[in-house]
Amino acid sequence: MILKGARILVESLLLEGVDTIFAYTGGKVISIFDQLQEFEDRVRLILPRHEQGGTHAADGYARSTGRPGVVIVTSGPGATNTVTGIATAYMDSVPMVVITGQVNLDQIGSDAFQEADVVGITMPITKANFLVRDASEIAYTVKKAFHLATTGRPGPVVIDIPGDVQAQDVSFDYPDTIELRGYKPNMNGHPKQIKSVIGMLKQSRKPLIIAGGGVNLSGATEMVNRLADEKGIPVVCTLMGHGVMPKRSELLLGPIGMHGTLYGNYAVQHADLILALGVRFSDRIVGDGAGFAPKAKLVHVDIDPAEIGKSIKADLPIVGTIQSVLGDLNKADIPVDSEQWIRELVEYRSAHPLVAEDPKNPGGLAPQRLIQLAGEIFPKETIVVTDVGQNQMWAALFFGFSRGRSFLTSGGLGTMGFGLPAAIGAAVGNPDKPVLMISGDGGFQMNLQELATIRRYRLPVKMLVIDNGYLGMVRQWQELLFEKRYAGTVMDDNPDFAALAEVFGIHGRTLRDAKDAQDVLRELAECEGPMLLHAHVSPSANVLPMVPAGKPLEQVVEKI
Amino acid sequence: MREEEYTDHTISVLVNNHPGVLSKLTSLITRRGFNIESIAAGPTKDPDMFRLTIIVKGDDQSVEQIQKQLYKIVDTVKVSPIDPRNKVEREIGLIKLRATNGSRNEVLQMVNVFKGQVIDSGPGGFVVEIVGSSEKVDSFIGLFPPQQVVEVARTGIVAMNRWEKKQTR
Ligand SMILES: Cc1ncc(C[n+]2csc(CCOP(=O)(O)OP(=O)(O)O)c2C)c(N)n1
Repeated sequence: MILKGARILVESLLLEGVDTIFAYTGGKVISIFDQLQEFEDRVRLILPRHEQGGTHAADGYARSTGRPGVVIVTSGPGATNTVTGIATAYMDSVPMVVITGQVNLDQIGSDAFQEADVVGITMPITKANFLVRDASEIAYTVKKAFHLATTGRPGPVVIDIPGDVQAQDVSFDYPDTIELRGYKPNMNGHPKQIKSVIGMLKQSRKPLIIAGGGVNLSGATEMVNRLADEKGIPVVCTLMGHGVMPKRSELLLGPIGMHGTLYGNYAVQHADLILALGVRFSDRIVGDGAGFAPKAKLVHVDIDPAEIGKSIKADLPIVGTIQSVLGDLNKADIPVDSEQWIRELVEYRSAHPLVAEDPKNPGGLAPQRLIQLAGEIFPKETIVVTDVGQNQMWAALFFGFSRGRSFLTSGGLGTMGFGLPAAIGAAVGNPDKPVLMISGDGGFQMNLQELATIRRYRLPVKMLVIDNGYLGMVRQWQELLFEKRYAGTVMDDNPDFAALAEVFGIHGRTLRDAKDAQDVLRELAECEGPMLLHAHVSPSANVLPMVPAGKPLEQVVEKI
Repeated sequence: MREEEYTDHTISVLVNNHPGVLSKLTSLITRRGFNIESIAAGPTKDPDMFRLTIIVKGDDQSVEQIQKQLYKIVDTVKVSPIDPRNKVEREIGLIKLRATNGSRNEVLQMVNVFKGQVIDSGPGGFVVEIVGSSEKVDSFIGLFPPQQVVEVARTGIVAMNRWEKKQTR
């Protein structure tokens, strides 16, 4: 069958099962859009207001559904606008396929109008990237891109297609399989090593599971849950590992690291055996690497061999999927003697509870309390999408997550402006689930043009904008380390976000008083369609406890 | 990591011969904070494959990291460390030397001692080829005062593990 390149691209996407594309048009992709129009009934095009927004939306779609997010943008500025979104997805291993238009082949390298070296620019932030030089390569490249994006350690893949290649007529034949020499992710953990873990668990009196982003990405939360429950192993998580257990389980000790709970970090520092599952041990988690988990033997399970031994040395490395390894562990009859340990942790936790208020402003509207309340009011299948900063850490600490893929946040890159567009992607991918965005006043204003997208597609996203009049997280550091010189962090002249939402055709509400919090949150949770709640919270609230950067986990600051 | 633990490590990498692969590999290594001492690349017996010999400085653990990271490049087919006790390595140096009347004989003698070859000569001097270990090329160049050395071009080192001694019989 002879077809145009653009048509081949679209047919290939359909054969990959793509039914939703986040796309922004331009000169070098008009022909692709034109082809997509013909399949309107099979592919939903979501048009954002900025390519960064579109890319974060595809990311939110992928994180929440587990299916790869697909983005199409034009050459040059369209492509460069996706860079932050691609880097965000890369750092958190999110499967994504980004298709960029490119100038015609004979113009490449000539500084042509709207030309950018996309393959060069995205090289360090993609799992793989391709410039397609002939339409006969399109089908194979699409197949390869989806395979790479979704297998092994997932990640974004970029396909750059020149305009004339899109117009070229060639024969179309979609490959059934691909053979990639050298790319063979190791799926099954080595049986010998699994035997060793079983032996180690039997010996252990203070076992601990650290659940990382890999647990969510691979959909292994239930299995981790089962292992913890049946064998009696307490669980802590990284920022990316939230949702691993029901929020009220006594085995769940919350997040660890710089903004972890006291009891989570305590568990790490006192455990004698750690099962680290899909964790990359970032500096935000380990602090001072030398003092991390000093008493524990470390078993590190990851699909990516390069993560093992990168920042923390493992006593027992296992390369494979969490499914395969936990499948074996769950089957094994392992008596784990951890009762004493669990009691110790429960006691420690009740002696050091999280505090959901701002001690500097008693009676004020504490953001922590607001988020805690939201966690009680919103249904448990809610997908929470945060921005970056204090709002993100408060959401992680106080909302309480009960299922996998229910907490979407930019963990690795820490991208402000992620929240709103990623919530759009989550809403597009999960029409049956409530989506709550939690954002700061700063981050919200980085991509607020996407309110128009919410309106356009009538996405019932609930938005909680936490306005503390500051770039709060940076203000917190200034308070701790820069003698309260608040250089460049004051935002006390924010617009009325509720009114702004109304301008975009979205219901808006303002909250100033703690006593109204419950009612307004209920309205937010229960209203049909989108709504924005602009909450003026206590400006002095901090994320506590915290471990300053590079310090061992014991050196906790409990009060600023 | 302390400087004194750093040594040279030779890594042989087999990659698909695709455009841009070389820059992907080198930029990955430098981006991760490692310094490339030498790199040499050329096709293999399979024309779809390229072999690179990369020499990096680092401690044992960091070099293991590089090897794992190199596998992240989808076009990487095989990464093999070269055993320092069991390797053969060669580099070619082309050296343009000033040599007029008096000094010409002296230079030719040195080329002989180093089993090199004169591959070009003119009234101003010679172009000499020296093949061997990197150190050999270094020491040949070091024989001459800097003003006599007009130009140097080196290939970078290529290396392989030797045959296993047992298997050769
Ligand atoms: C794109 C981007 N720019 C800058 C930063 C640095 N940064 C991290 S947190 C933060 C403050 C965020 O303030 P706000 O959005 O108001 O949230 P809050 O911390 O007050 O909840 C800043 C500026 C970042 N993470 N991302």
